[in-house]
Amino acid sequence: MSGSGRILGILGQFDGPGALMRAAYGVRDAGYKHFDCHSPFPIHGMDEAMGMRRSPLGWLVGLSAIVGVGGAFLLQWWASTIAYPFVIGGKPYFSFQAYVPISFGVGVLLSAITAVFGMFHLNRLPRLHHPVFYSDRFRAASNDGFFVSIEANEPNFDPAQAEELLRRLGAIHVELLRGE
Amino acid sequence: MSSQINHTVAAASEPPLILGNPTFGAVSERISAITERKTTRAWYIAFGVALSLLGLFVIMVGYLVYEGIGIWGVNVPTGWGWAIINFVWWVGIGHAGTLISAILFLLRQRWRTSINRFAEAMTLFAVICALMFPALHVGRVWLAYYMFPLPNQMGMWPNWRSPLLWDVFAVSTYFTVSLLFWYVGLVPDLATMRDRATSRLRKFVLGIFSLGWRGGNRQWRHYELAYLLLAGLSTPLVLSVHSVVSTDFCVSLMPGWHTTIFPPYFVAGAIFSGFAMVVTLSIIARKIFGLTDFITARHLDIMSKVMLVTGMMVAYAYTIEFFTAWYSGNLYERFVFLNRATGPYAWGYWTMIFCNIVVPQAFWFKRLRQSIPVLFIASILINVGMWFERFVIVITSLTQDFLPASWDYYKPTMFDIGLFAGSFGLFFTLFLLFIRFLPMIAMAEVKGVLPQADPHHHGPAQKETAAGVHG
Repeated sequence: MSGSGRILGILGQFDGPGALMRAAYGVRDAGYKHFDCHSPFPIHGMDEAMGMRRSPLGWLVGLSAIVGVGGAFLLQWWASTIAYPFVIGGKPYFSFQAYVPISFGVGVLLSAITAVFGMFHLNRLPRLHHPVFYSDRFRAASNDGFFVSIEANEPNFDPAQAEELLRRLGAIHVELLRGE
Repeated sequence: MSSQINHTVAAASEPPLILGNPTFGAVSERISAITERKTTRAWYIAFGVALSLLGLFVIMVGYLVYEGIGIWGVNVPTGWGWAIINFVWWVGIGHAGTLISAILFLLRQRWRTSINRFAEAMTLFAVICALMFPALHVGRVWLAYYMFPLPNQMGMWPNWRSPLLWDVFAVSTYFTVSLLFWYVGLVPDLATMRDRATSRLRKFVLGIFSLGWRGGNRQWRHYELAYLLLAGLSTPLVLSVHSVVSTDFCVSLMPGWHTTIFPPYFVAGAIFSGFAMVVTLSIIARKIFGLTDFITARHLDIMSKVMLVTGMMVAYAYTIEFFTAWYSGNLYERFVFLNRATGPYAWGYWTMIFCNIVVPQAFWFKRLRQSIPVLFIASILINVGMWFERFVIVITSLTQDFLPASWDYYKPTMFDIGLFAGSFGLFFTLFLLFIRFLPMIAMAEVKGVLPQADPHHHGPAQKETAAGVHG
């Protein structure tokens, strides 16, 4: 049962990681763009099967590492030479060697925060509401189910055609996603 | 294609990571069911004990804040006492968790999947316990914010050249990164539990915390990169944290502290004690929850080998410290080391030597590595030994330093002991809540290392057709 209301997409269930990967190749080759392959664990080689590029997250994290290290270093320089110069143990105000541990720590902290929240942002999370959740069967996707979902905002989306494609690719169950 | 074939061959020759080759559904069922069943009597008893110890901790902290650190055994030559010993010991306990979750992940050690979740939880709770001690030892806890670089009306900034400030940054970064790493790992498993939930409350709470995770490959690809980046960031972090902790000592001029071997020596010791704690906890968990298929004899075997290696590193550090003390020709340095072995704290020194050097030698023998009672006792002794290591370092150097006129014998008071005992209450209360409400084994990761998770894994009958589809 997939609720009532307008059609939001279509969901096909497959019986294992191998079958899901073959289906991904098939859906991609049929020209679909707005589709996703759901599995309880990441499947290696799936990015290629779906024709996806590498995640840009590495660039974001690299940038924040530079900002973190640089920012912490600048703060330490500014605070100990300009804002609050103070002789401690006869060391020079600008004892840059001593700034390394904190610069490193702040760099790691900012990078880790960027890695996690950047990932959430790229994944559009949190999003508690999504068409796939209209399917009762979809609950298995986090347990032992393997699904392909195609969204209705796909150009020229035709439910009958999509259903036919999924069945041809070996889906063991196909249902339309309907909702508000 | 050839790399895939190699991968399959390697996977076939390796002994199974998870015994009995459960289905994907069985993995979710076994691990989630622990949190869904009725709470057992054993858990309530354990929680009661932990909660009473936590109560002791709260009382001790309350009295400490009210009265000041004069209630501790600290005196003129020994200004830090048990607080720094406990701090270093608890931080060290935490290190194995990050080692398992980050370094072993980067090294593609797939056996880590069964133990990483609760090792990470152990890290978090150990670091919470650790953070209590430096925060409390400042005496005026309500002024602890002076350590943060906050603009204030006094125009005052912290001393960036102090290793104690490095500690503030290193340990709080360590805690935050460990928490993020742990939570990211939990998201797919929380989604599994959300989808299994029957009560409205569980659905609601797990729904919020799993953030609407759908397990789509568009999410997994960012997720996997984020996880890899976190592992890559945590790896130097875990090595740096204990190095920074060791600089609290080695940047000073105290005899016995002022040595360059401290950072690697402290890191090795931290991993040594951390693995001992993981072994202690996993033996209890696999017994109580019947998880012997997931945390197998092989996992315990590998962890014993890690303890053997790190134990030998610690033994090497002890030897080199002695050698350097003699070879340096520095009289104070020589005295401190001879005094450690023969002076008033020789009992602590020899306890340390026995627990940290003699006990792990048992792990040369396969029969002893595979004996649960031997492992359990050895892992506890190693943790005792590592506590004494920090005791010996702190107390022998401080009580008998350069000036014989200031020498003293340091004794803890009941408040020192109560606070340390109470910190176990804090640790175990949090740990028991964790194993009651959250999946203690990373389900998504365990599923990922099962042989059938490989898309190229097929039954014999399907072999040819599979190669033809997208070869």
